[in-house]
Amino acid sequence: MAIIQTENLTYTYPSATKPSIRDISIKIEKGEFVLITGPSGCGKTTLCRCFNGLIPHFYQGELKGKITVVGLNVLEHPTYELAKHVGLVFQNPENQLFALSVEKDVAFGLENLGVPKEEMWKRVNWALNLTGIYDLRERAPHELSGGQQQRVAIASVLAMQPEVLVLDEPTSFLDPLTAKKIFEVIYELNRKLGITVVLVEHRLDLTAHYTNHIIIMNEGKVVLDGDPREILGSEEARLIGVGIPKATRLYQILKKDNIKLGNKIPLSSEEMAALLREAIKA
Amino acid sequence: MIEVEDVYFTYPNGVEALKGISLKIKNGEFVAIMGQNGAGKTTLVKHFNGLLKPTKGKVLVDGVETTKVSVATLARKVGFVFQNPDTQLFSETVEDEVAFALKNFGFKENVIKKRVSWALNLLGLTQYRKTSPFMLSGGERKRVALASVLAWNPKILILDEPTIGQDYQQKEKLRQFILQLKAQRKTIIIVTHDVEFVAECNPRVILMREGKIVADGKAREILTTPEILNQASIVPPQIAQIFLQLSDLSFPKNVIDIYEAREILLKTVREGKLK
Repeated sequence: MAIIQTENLTYTYPSATKPSIRDISIKIEKGEFVLITGPSGCGKTTLCRCFNGLIPHFYQGELKGKITVVGLNVLEHPTYELAKHVGLVFQNPENQLFALSVEKDVAFGLENLGVPKEEMWKRVNWALNLTGIYDLRERAPHELSGGQQQRVAIASVLAMQPEVLVLDEPTSFLDPLTAKKIFEVIYELNRKLGITVVLVEHRLDLTAHYTNHIIIMNEGKVVLDGDPREILGSEEARLIGVGIPKATRLYQILKKDNIKLGNKIPLSSEEMAALLREAIKA
Repeated sequence: MIEVEDVYFTYPNGVEALKGISLKIKNGEFVAIMGQNGAGKTTLVKHFNGLLKPTKGKVLVDGVETTKVSVATLARKVGFVFQNPDTQLFSETVEDEVAFALKNFGFKENVIKKRVSWALNLLGLTQYRKTSPFMLSGGERKRVALASVLAWNPKILILDEPTIGQDYQQKEKLRQFILQLKAQRKTIIIVTHDVEFVAECNPRVILMREGKIVADGKAREILTTPEILNQASIVPPQIAQIFLQLSDLSFPKNVIDIYEAREILLKTVREGKLK
């Protein structure tokens, strides 16, 4: 059974005149690394808020259709229950940090779950180290830079080791090298622990090669859903205005020039360089 | 023109954010300031409109030291769009937000009307005229903040992380828009981590690390030198990465543009090395 499944999910915010997401029917399997992308305002964030029940329980409004997450009907289970299984990292880290120190913020969720002290600190330190903010553990989150806060938010959710990790542009404030390190940590958790990852991102140059399932939204609807190579290599994705990775784009341009580099559409510079090297040797 | 002369800056909490910065930005230049988190990029640009004053050293805007004029006077000349739009938005409607500064600067009612419509249209926000900025998405709020600064037509424009939360089409619009401003001889300074955006814009790049400038030059040179980039926690843009990985095959190393990459590869085909 899919870990997240929706059927004709349609949602309208209170006082909005039209739905923000319409007729969304998707299936996310356990252990997948899913990338959700699409023009800004297309409903990506709204969809993520359904995954842990913030919609409809906190935002209210009108939710139609079906949604189950880890086997639970979201409409019937409150956010605090869903939050045990689904960790969500918001776009703006300030929205989720509130404690007086970084380590207290990271420990908060575990404390609430009643995790024993020893285990709790083990996991807090593990998450602080993974995200490279161990040295900041005694600092106040609100005094930190946007990038540092973003890492605190990620650490707080990682410490919970949820079954599903939902990340909404989690590294937008981070410098590229730090962002890359964070994505690699998330990718490892996905591969080694089988944590299902749902990532909302515009910067596909940084992330496309981690995914095995991509969902593209436009104007509240899912317009493309499937294999990343197929989708990012398609004309449709480009026309919607998705930022195709430059390596994939170069492959497409060369293909139009009748330069054929094999059938495996590249998603990273490494893959594209390997294809070119191969073609030049031959 | 902006002149920075051996500037040091220490925050009240004792953090030394700038450690001897000297640079000149001429009128009409397009500059990208890049570097790792906490390198001092935002601290530096806050000196350009007088929001921060140097602890030691001097900053001059058009020959006048920033300590000698008020931030309000400087603001007329130097527009600043913050990283987080929520720190600068407060009005009830998008329209009021964009009109606010114009009112403060004493523009006439009919001029305000015209400028607001112009700025909203330019950034694709006309449909949100009467909407509260706080009902908009992160990317849209960012554009409202930009519209409100553009409306008073400052000579120097500072954009702190303008591409965060923007999709590809909006980034492309932003790029076109910056090129337009550049054609009008405006000075544009962006603070950014977005290497792909910088690769597409090809501006002058200033790289910072721990409060100092570690490199200053053309984007195509700096973004294709991994040793320098690494120091500043930047990853080369994807096209540069491809060519760096193929450097043993006698390809040029300093390629950041996708169409230039295509030309090089087509030439390889003509030479019979690639089919």
